[in-house]
Amino acid sequence: MILKSKDLLGLKDITKEEIQGILDTAKTMKLIIQSGTKKTPHLQGKTVITLFYENSTRTRTSFELAAKYMSGNSVNISVSTSSVAKGETLIDTGRTLDVMGTDVIIIRHSMAGAPDLLAKHTNAAVINAGDGLNEHPTQALLDMFTVMEAKGDLNGLKVAIVGDILHSRVARSNIWGMTKMGAKVVVAGPPTLLPSHIKDLGVEAYTDIEKAVEDADVVMALRIQKERLEKGLFPSVSEYARFFGINENIVKKAKKDALIMHPGPVNRGVEITSALVDGDSSLIDTQVTNGVAIRMALLYLMTRKDG
Amino acid sequence: MRLLIKNGFVTDGIGIHTGIRDIYIEGGVIKQIGENLSYQADRVIDAEGLYVFPGFVDAHCHLRDPGYEYKEDIKSGTLSAAYGGFTSVACMPNTNPVADNKAVITYIIDKAKKEGVVHVYPIGAITKGQKGEVLADIGEMKEAGAVAISDDGVPVASASLMRKAIQYASAFGLTVISHCEDLSLKENGSMNEGYMSTVLGLPGIPHEAEEVMVAREILLSEGLGIPVHIAHVSTKTSVTLIRDAKKRGVRITCETCPHYFSLTDEAVRGYNTNAKVNPPLRTEEDRLAILEGLADDTIDIIATDHAPHHIDEKDVEFNLASNGISGFETAFGLCSEYLLKTGVLSLERFVSKIAVNPARLLRIPKGTLKEGSAADITVCDLKKETIVDVRKFRSKGKNSPFDGKRLQGAVIYTVVDGNVVVENRE
Ligand SMILES: [Zn+2]
Ligand SMILES: [Zn+2]
Repeated sequence: MILKSKDLLGLKDITKEEIQGILDTAKTMKLIIQSGTKKTPHLQGKTVITLFYENSTRTRTSFELAAKYMSGNSVNISVSTSSVAKGETLIDTGRTLDVMGTDVIIIRHSMAGAPDLLAKHTNAAVINAGDGLNEHPTQALLDMFTVMEAKGDLNGLKVAIVGDILHSRVARSNIWGMTKMGAKVVVAGPPTLLPSHIKDLGVEAYTDIEKAVEDADVVMALRIQKERLEKGLFPSVSEYARFFGINENIVKKAKKDALIMHPGPVNRGVEITSALVDGDSSLIDTQVTNGVAIRMALLYLMTRKDG
Repeated sequence: MRLLIKNGFVTDGIGIHTGIRDIYIEGGVIKQIGENLSYQADRVIDAEGLYVFPGFVDAHCHLRDPGYEYKEDIKSGTLSAAYGGFTSVACMPNTNPVADNKAVITYIIDKAKKEGVVHVYPIGAITKGQKGEVLADIGEMKEAGAVAISDDGVPVASASLMRKAIQYASAFGLTVISHCEDLSLKENGSMNEGYMSTVLGLPGIPHEAEEVMVAREILLSEGLGIPVHIAHVSTKTSVTLIRDAKKRGVRITCETCPHYFSLTDEAVRGYNTNAKVNPPLRTEEDRLAILEGLADDTIDIIATDHAPHHIDEKDVEFNLASNGISGFETAFGLCSEYLLKTGVLSLERFVSKIAVNPARLLRIPKGTLKEGSAADITVCDLKKETIVDVRKFRSKGKNSPFDGKRLQGAVIYTVVDGNVVVENRE
């Protein structure tokens, strides 16, 4: 049994061995994607529902493809965030999906802890596809998978995550996951976008991104959201790009063979320059491919009878 | 009805009675306190091994009536209070309609007279509709029976309006109770900002959101020379600000609640909405500072901020959950466990903070064992262990982060106007 819990709510509460198990399974899944047929029977007769309270074509499509490649049925439910307060409660929605015979519910929600609440009240396996500022475990797993593919091992690597750490569930999941796998994680961004007590999560934190990137094996830029600007967390997009954006000069501080990553979608010229996005060290497209492999691995592991 | 409470250890909180005493009650009034009294009584309570206090006075609770009777009403709320050892409670005005006029104040008082198990003292709103725009009819509310004014639940954002409220209410002998929270600092926060909010990915509320307004109220009180009371103090710096202000003679008073000296934001782990409260549970450093503030009398009052909610308002996403803890029935156990057992407070200082001082703040003739005063008495066992079970709460609100917790110290009898309203002895 690779996964101990019926759900995957985050990387915070799972072990190094569980993470390793998922990554190993994903290797096999990647071979299936790369094969001509792209079809396995692993999910035959299983129903996967994507329950998205926030838009994300990427993540949703990735899960859908994962289910389809494994012959599962997938159904999409979109709920607008504005209707959360007045509409059906999350618990009721979960119960309804349960009695309909759903095997896996993939939930994305604007509020941290929503997947935990759903998991507590349903028999279906719940996969967190992003909750508030909390976690986005499948993204972090695909990031780790991508790094391991390129570097062989995460242990001992220096990973610099740069940008809006405060509002990034990708950053949090990567911090939990990568530190468990032995990487040294460094975060950087404007002080207004660094979470309180972030160092207590076992990372180094900088406001000078050059320092953060120094000798890094991996440089990951995070998407900056325009609404943070409106909230006064930084003065302007151009100032952000100038002081906190990843560009060729910054990357020179990193190791020569440093990998460039971004969870997407990219604001070109803001958090990272186009030249880097399209450059030789960029793994941004590989990340997307690996996302499907990781999600196939999870769907497989979470629906097999022996866990 | 003549009642004799014998052989209990009496502590009145003001140092007049401390020791084994008998209390004789007739016609709802304390007739005599003394050693070895021999009266013919209709009922004798043998309180040997028990502790006898003036009935507890809660300066801050939410009875939800009128308007939110599905959460609590005056009957269930006062029964819950009685089981917590409270014989008088002051209820906050965030009802529906808001208690911002004499009609609502009168409604609460009348209903409490008919259905209330303990005495109910309504607190009027500072501003109409608690909107923070114009003053409510403060004089008329006082005339109808309001004992203080507060916009609890929402802060009065305008310093100018707050200043006028403090001034105006003073003419009617009403103290302003300030719910300190700077909403521009709170933003969309739903728990204390710190390590735990980062771990849980919940938007944080910085402690300064409370402290900047505590500082403001201190300055307003100081400038005007008029007392102001700070509700539910939860942070270390709030305690420091109030301690320093008191030292230089500012007439500021404050309260804290049992959850601020017994829990930290660790309780939110697992997105436990029963630990969602406003102000939010803070860090261990803050909790220790609250204990220190209680020990050195910076904190005058222990109030419950009893805030019952329906399960549907808690069984939701953390961000959507209502703030508040159903607090009456765990208050004494928590005080006993965290303040008395540990020696943070002596019995006498505990009684001053849970009975004497709140009665003083509200200027009501309660919290006393003086001969000739109404016989409101709480009898407790400091040894008895109980396990908190929310299903047994008399309150409609089962929202407690203490469910399942073992506490030493329990209320055994609650006496209101000479009537035994709670009996909790095996
Ligand atoms: Zn309040
Ligand atoms: Zn309150």
